Amino acid sequence: MKALINLVEKVKPNFEKGGRFEKLYRTFEAFETFLFVKGDTTRSGAHIRDAMDMKRTMVHVIIALIPPLLFGIWNVGFQHYKATGEEVAFLDQFLFGLIKVLPIIIVTYASGLAVEFIFASLRDHEVNEGFLVSGMLIPLVIPVTTPLWMVALATVFAVVIGKEVFGGTGMNILNPALLARAFLFFAYPSYLSGEVWIYTTLQEGQQLVDGFSGATALAVMAAGEGTMPSDFDMFFGFIPGSIGETSVVAILLGAFVLIATGIGSFRIMASVFIGGLVMGSILNIFAVNDFMAMPAYKHLIMGGFAFGAVYMATDPVSASQTGVGKYIYGLLIGVVTVLIRVVNPAYPEGMMLAILFMNVFAPLIDHYIVQANVKKRVKRMEKVRLQTQA
Amino acid sequence: MSKIIKIKKGLNIPMVGEAEKILNTTPRSSTYSVCPPDFHSLVPKMLIKEGEKVKAGSPLFFDKYNEKIIFTSPVSGVFSDLVRGEKRRIMKIVIEADNSDDYVNFGMANPADLSREEIINKLLHSGLWPAIRQRPYSIVANPDDKPKSIYISAFDTAPLGPDMDFILNGQENEFQTGLTALGKLTDGRVRLGVHSEKTLNDGFSNAKGVEIYRFSGPHPSGNVGIQIHHIDPINKGDIVWYVGVQHVIAIGRLFEKGIYDASKIIALAGSEVLNPRYYRVINGAKISDITGTNLRNEEDLNLRVISGDVLSGTKLSENDYLRFYDNIISVIPEGDKPEILGWIMPNFDKFSVSRSFPAFLMPWKKFRLNTNIRSGERPFVVTGLYEKVLPMDIMPMQLLKSIMINDIDMMEKLGIYEVSPEDFALCEYVCPSKIDIQDTIREGLDSIRHEFA
Repeated sequence: MKALINLVEKVKPNFEKGGRFEKLYRTFEAFETFLFVKGDTTRSGAHIRDAMDMKRTMVHVIIALIPPLLFGIWNVGFQHYKATGEEVAFLDQFLFGLIKVLPIIIVTYASGLAVEFIFASLRDHEVNEGFLVSGMLIPLVIPVTTPLWMVALATVFAVVIGKEVFGGTGMNILNPALLARAFLFFAYPSYLSGEVWIYTTLQEGQQLVDGFSGATALAVMAAGEGTMPSDFDMFFGFIPGSIGETSVVAILLGAFVLIATGIGSFRIMASVFIGGLVMGSILNIFAVNDFMAMPAYKHLIMGGFAFGAVYMATDPVSASQTGVGKYIYGLLIGVVTVLIRVVNPAYPEGMMLAILFMNVFAPLIDHYIVQANVKKRVKRMEKVRLQTQA
Repeated sequence: MSKIIKIKKGLNIPMVGEAEKILNTTPRSSTYSVCPPDFHSLVPKMLIKEGEKVKAGSPLFFDKYNEKIIFTSPVSGVFSDLVRGEKRRIMKIVIEADNSDDYVNFGMANPADLSREEIINKLLHSGLWPAIRQRPYSIVANPDDKPKSIYISAFDTAPLGPDMDFILNGQENEFQTGLTALGKLTDGRVRLGVHSEKTLNDGFSNAKGVEIYRFSGPHPSGNVGIQIHHIDPINKGDIVWYVGVQHVIAIGRLFEKGIYDASKIIALAGSEVLNPRYYRVINGAKISDITGTNLRNEEDLNLRVISGDVLSGTKLSENDYLRFYDNIISVIPEGDKPEILGWIMPNFDKFSVSRSFPAFLMPWKKFRLNTNIRSGERPFVVTGLYEKVLPMDIMPMQLLKSIMINDIDMMEKLGIYEVSPEDFALCEYVCPSKIDIQDTIREGLDSIRHEFA
């Protein structure tokens, strides 16, 4: 322990002002603070500080992402072998998934962190921890077949245009991870629709089983043809879809971690689900086609609904920042998602667009909540003024 | 009995080293000091020169912008040293105490028989006026103002905070005399905030001539600012005054004995104090004379000595002095050692409001907390956390943002007049982005004051 600290202290002068690698100081500092909490102390004000910091906050979100990640890795293999009709062991399914998913994760982190480090050096601030989470979210919301260069491009776009142009972590308007996915969807539509959800590039001797369909449940419903997976499969996640979004069980495990530690907003999660249910039920009443008539609860276990509600909508920076605002924000995400899914046949996955849309409206929601507080104060003053005049 | 005002939001930080209810006296210090930075935004003008003899109650300096407000010596002796800081700002006026107790005589009087002007003059001359502070801004009150009401909080909820019941013991009469004097200063009421269960001393619960409000709940329910907010929130243009319990007692003594007796009882507390106790001292006493050999002394252990509580007190250097308004000296370890992978370890010895630390599983445990800041400063990311520890109808993050962009209009709308840095101390404590929130609030108050000055 001591030796490590001494080693870091020894190389430190090289990175400080006047040192050989002075330009890399922020990079050095990021690794230094990663290795240990520095011995910096408070100067004034609160002499003691809560042990919670940004690193620990972000790391807990990553811990909460482990269940959907592990399940997603396995499901990539499971879906692949299901498509080829081969019977393989659980471990082989997992390994197949790992080989496909790990490069995506590595490329995301490498490209995103590179941008973060460059901007931190240019702007001379500490490297912020925000991307630790974004870098895990991006791989989980894209199809496993996405080419790696596209992953890198989308990540760089999301970090630069989504975050850094606004001033970096904490200043962004849109959720960067969703922005990466939206970028891919609109820039390369042909790569992100149709039969992309299952890895079906075949090796010699492999062939697809008869009647194979890689369509997601949403695509089935939107097209009005094909067979829907069972509720059981959708809830547990044995279905095609983006890497991390399929298993509601795994996502709920993550939600438990977020809510138990108090890091994810329960208000937002709960109200997104309620909003989806309410809108689904309203559509049921006016149903004129199969999708509108589909039981409302199915929306919650289809596509990216659960994943979006738990991990994306709860991003504190792009969400509504006031207590009441969080309920409104969440409800509307649920409502808009179902609306886009059912009413707009061109694009069945409404979750991504609904969250991005509400990201834009979150400041407006907050504005009205803040104005309510302001008005209360003005009214109180008026009352006192009238009393003193009387 | 009056209704209990229940404070629900807030946080009690469980710390090791609460002071035992034993009163010690300390030998007279060799030097005492008055520190102008204790009085926010004060520009002192000296009235005496180094080497001059003073009595307890002799004027030392006055406020450049309000010549009526003078500051006097807490002891008799010789003005020996003037310590200046950056830009030649006067930091400390040091008095070398002699062995006699020479007091300036201000004359005994019953405040009930005096007029408002006579009481104000007595307070101004004795140097006790600065004990009275005003909201908004948390600065020394202006004797030309007429406050809407005067507030006193009779309990301290800050971590390791002293037991005001214990401090009041045997000084009930002086306290009551002080209340009577204060009652003459306002056309409104003197309002005393007591704790619904912990306040047992009759001196508080049966105080005459005051309105008593009963509070319950965690810190910061004992902060006078929180109490004002729940009794009668401050509107733009309002001025209210507030005084600490021990200063009310000192005011009482001024009228009963005719002297400025600057003695008070303080708690010496914190994990690094060997025997945390209460001490009777004279205001401005040298800290090392109070702490003596009562501090943990280990190699490789640096101590943070704080005048005031750990959330909003003043960091003291060696050879520093007890500050004017403080009732406690807190001593905690410095957190100047790096911790390997400290941000991911379970950390059984750390306290946090977040349930990502095991502290919440051990509600009985008290912690030895240090001054490590744990991270560099980050922008606002987490939301909804400050709201949990600020029992006010104020939107903390929005107010802080309006201060950061210096939007005067928005600050007013969001209630800047109702707040004081100490009320935001817990927000600063919990902030995972490690933003200096109390400094920000002070900045906001300063810019509002300059806007209308």
